Amino acid sequence: MSNPFAVWVYLSASPLLWLTLTLIVWLFADFLARAANRHPLVNPVLISIALMGGILVATGAPYQKYFEGAQFVHFLLGPATVAIAVPLVRHRALVMANLLPMAAALISGAIVACVSAVAIAAAFGAPRQVLVSIAPKSVTAGIAMAVSENLGGVPALTAVLVITTGILGAVIVTPLMNALRIKDFAARGFAVGLASHGIGTARAFAVDEVAGTFAGIAMGLNGLATSLIVPLLMRWT
Amino acid sequence: MIRALALLLACQLAGEIFARALGLPIPGPVIGLALLAIGVLIHARVTGADPSKIESTELGRTAGALLGSLGLLFVPAGVGVVQQLPVVGAYGLALAAALIGSTVLTLIVTVYVFLFVKRLTGKASPRGDAP
Repeated sequence: MSNPFAVWVYLSASPLLWLTLTLIVWLFADFLARAANRHPLVNPVLISIALMGGILVATGAPYQKYFEGAQFVHFLLGPATVAIAVPLVRHRALVMANLLPMAAALISGAIVACVSAVAIAAAFGAPRQVLVSIAPKSVTAGIAMAVSENLGGVPALTAVLVITTGILGAVIVTPLMNALRIKDFAARGFAVGLASHGIGTARAFAVDEVAGTFAGIAMGLNGLATSLIVPLLMRWT
Repeated sequence: MIRALALLLACQLAGEIFARALGLPIPGPVIGLALLAIGVLIHARVTGADPSKIESTELGRTAGALLGSLGLLFVPAGVGVVQQLPVVGAYGLALAAALIGSTVLTLIVTVYVFLFVKRLTGKASPRGDAP
């Protein structure tokens, strides 16, 4: 194959190229994050998404082709969620000692997450369909999209809002908690896992294992709480 | 590593079956997480192993590798979202205000309720009482 275009045609249709690029882009973004001493603004998830999205736009490669390769990484989200059982077992004494604070924080946080998002969007004049789409924005995309669709929202819009919320929480949590002088990593982790699901949990694990463990628990519990709260909330609006 | 992966996937699979069979609004992997944690503790009680040393087992190392790069796993879905950005449409400003305001508010309320109840319950049960 002497024609470089023919090589590109082959590669761009092959899952190998997109899987490899996803890993290399991540390694580069993670290198930047380490070099910046894990500064909250240098978020490796955000950098990777922006770079990879830019590469797709620049090459005109369709997302479906990209995902044929990237799906192998995406698939690992399931087993990685199960793997949170390991730090959970390790820190089980701390988790058991904080059951009541977690229950109270879960209920109040889940309600505030839904109600405040809907109230602010409504104040800006967003229609009901958009309000339904934003209400479950703090939980894992799978649950949020199902909740949104059931109540007449737009699942694609919900997916955008969920990922954006995840990145926002991951970027905001460290400077916010430091400004509030909160040093309890269980509480900090629980807050970021509740507010911004797995992407917040990834940030928490990068900062502290106890924070990551509590973030993982909050993420799981809020998935359940939000799927119960949003249908009730939308009945009143 | 393969044994640990098989165990993680088996827990996820059991979780998916549970969630679907009972119609639960909890994702299968989250139920799998609970099943694995319970399984590890039962296994530790039966064999007398110290569950606090789980980090140095095959399962512990595989879990550590997955969780150490958890952010990477969100990249493929995130790239898809970039392509969907036009659905934000005319409400970009409303949605940006709602997301930023709500995320900050949720973080603050959650962390303060957590700490407040922790302080309350900490006083209620005297220290040294816990096992």
